Amino acid sequence: MTTPTEAEKPLTEPEDTPVHWLQRFMDNPWLLLMLGFFVPFFSYTVWGWVELLLVKKAELP
Amino acid sequence: MGNFITERMRVCATTGLTVDLDAQRFIKLNAVFGVVSLLIGAIAAYLLALTRWEAVALLDPIDYYKYISLHGLNMLIFWILFMEMAILYFCASTLLNSRNFSRALGYGQFGLMLIGWATVNFSVLSGRASVMMTSYVPLKAEQEFYLGMLLFAVGALLGVINFFGGVYIARRDRTYKGSMPLVVFGALAAAIIAVFTIVHGAIALIPAWLWSLGALEKAPDPGWYRLIWWGLGHASQQINVCAHVAVWYLLATLTVGAKPINQTVCRVAFVLYIMFINLASAHHLLVDPGVGAPWKMWNTSYALYLAVMASMIHGFTVPASIEVAQRKKGIGGLFGWLTKAPWKDPGFSAMFLSLLIFGFGGGITGVTLGTHQINIIAHNTLRIPGHFHMTVAGGTALAFMGLAYYVVPLIFQREYPLRALARVQPYIFGGGIVIMAVGMTLAGSMGVPRRHPDIDFTGARIAVDMGGATPFLAMLGIGGLIAATGAVIFAALTAYAAFFGKSNKGRAMTSWQTPEQDRMTKNLLTTAWNPAEGKLKTTGTVVLTLIFLASFVVYYFANWKALADVWYVK
Ligand code: HEM
Ligand SMILES: [Cu+2]
Repeated sequence: MTTPTEAEKPLTEPEDTPVHWLQRFMDNPWLLLMLGFFVPFFSYTVWGWVELLLVKKAELP
Repeated sequence: MGNFITERMRVCATTGLTVDLDAQRFIKLNAVFGVVSLLIGAIAAYLLALTRWEAVALLDPIDYYKYISLHGLNMLIFWILFMEMAILYFCASTLLNSRNFSRALGYGQFGLMLIGWATVNFSVLSGRASVMMTSYVPLKAEQEFYLGMLLFAVGALLGVINFFGGVYIARRDRTYKGSMPLVVFGALAAAIIAVFTIVHGAIALIPAWLWSLGALEKAPDPGWYRLIWWGLGHASQQINVCAHVAVWYLLATLTVGAKPINQTVCRVAFVLYIMFINLASAHHLLVDPGVGAPWKMWNTSYALYLAVMASMIHGFTVPASIEVAQRKKGIGGLFGWLTKAPWKDPGFSAMFLSLLIFGFGGGITGVTLGTHQINIIAHNTLRIPGHFHMTVAGGTALAFMGLAYYVVPLIFQREYPLRALARVQPYIFGGGIVIMAVGMTLAGSMGVPRRHPDIDFTGARIAVDMGGATPFLAMLGIGGLIAATGAVIFAALTAYAAFFGKSNKGRAMTSWQTPEQDRMTKNLLTTAWNPAEGKLKTTGTVVLTLIFLASFVVYYFANWKALADVWYVK
């Protein structure tokens, strides 16, 4: 079985052969753009921001 | 198949690829200002190296902070981003067999970045913005500094939009079949990360600008500013990583005729970068009190290791593809593919040195320093600049230099002068960076802080003991002088070549390689062959990988030991 693993293979493939879902996912720049923005945005920015908001104000003695 | 406009294109006499003349113009403009920025950064680098070398202690503190700001901004932001813009133009046009998306966006990109560049450099050089590249509040620069940074960022955003526009029209007009080429996919990853980067830059810098203008009374919260700023500062470095990995693949093809052994694996590695590498922004906040340990550990360890794995994949597949290509030419032995490689081709040597310095130096120190527990003994010491000069200078900057040795002949259509000097330049720069970075790392291990002009406190009542750090600071100084000289040689040769070099219009570029190497490489490039065919082994690369893993284990555990020694438990 030849899979797209062979180098250059996708470049020469006729357009109507079924394409592996992973390859289709990677061929979709707009989906990648969304993931590339929102994954770190939630994991790093939003979560970190929430942590900072939850810091209690230090009371002067 | 392409969608070029006939009067705005030419066919490259060396590679046979089509070059869009608009894209070519923007590649040239950006590359020129990239090199100018590198030159400014290198001049500042001399002064910094001679200051951190305590025996010389050249600059006084006021000047030191001015020049460290100048150096950080011109090297890390300006040189790198101008070059990345050039790469985006090239990838979205020539490599996709498509025309440039929009000339207006191109001028907008370059114009805004140029104005921003000039404003920031003016502000820093006149001493109005000695806040270092991070510009942490409540340190305050004059307002034009923030404005200049914002303009520069908006310009970069326009460049990224133009790139996405290019991808869009290429897909619409079906200028390529199947998946986009791997190098363009790497550039796509870089562009996606750039969006995250620029958004965070805007969120952090707009309030800082308003505060500097006086429109906001209170400075933004310092903890919050650091959180958002590192969304810019760390992510921008990952644009570099994607871009220089793409450049490695490109140069491996141009210089030895290599083909990626397994495209899918390489692409998956880029996807891992896209999704996970930006989480590691958190490693800059490992000692910040406002964010908790679960946030720190999740973002710098568990999830991040997926991105580290991606780096290891690229670190393996690039040399492996070179090894396979060399074996295809009939070169045998365990390391024959390396000993017989075109080491006198600065495109090759820069690429391979970049790979080694980035992987062995930058990668090993990076994973170690980014470990939550270990970070506490390394944070804000010279170990940090020791690490990032091996990633961003020895890795990215060196790879981009290698790229220039092909871009100038192919896009500017001019030849380099003093070719013998050009051939040794990557070794001078790479060697100097390694010496300097090792010196920084060792001095930092003894506790020498970064961003400090005078660690023995000249003239203080009580003498400060430098401990054993003196020889390592000398190493920093000497290595730094060598590296800065390497950068100046590069900038001078490239600027000369770009404007006054001998024209090669209508001819193939003069090869950097011996006629024999050149013939074999061209042969591979023009015949169809399959790098995954069974008899082409990658044993040499596997051996290199094992050496890499062993070095990592030793370094990593030595650091845990050093940490354990801090809390002496009987
Ligand atoms: C040309 C050779 C180079 C030399 C000799 C050099 C030397 C130095 C020195 C001595 C420092 C100051 C460290 C400290 O006191 O904390 C420094 C900082 C820095 N360098 Fe370089 N460097 C070079 C190239 C580069 C390149 C190519 C880049 C990036 C592409 C770069 C990025 C930086 C950054 C970001 C800083 C930190 C500035 C800060 O702390 O605000 N350097 N460099
Ligand atoms: Cu980082």
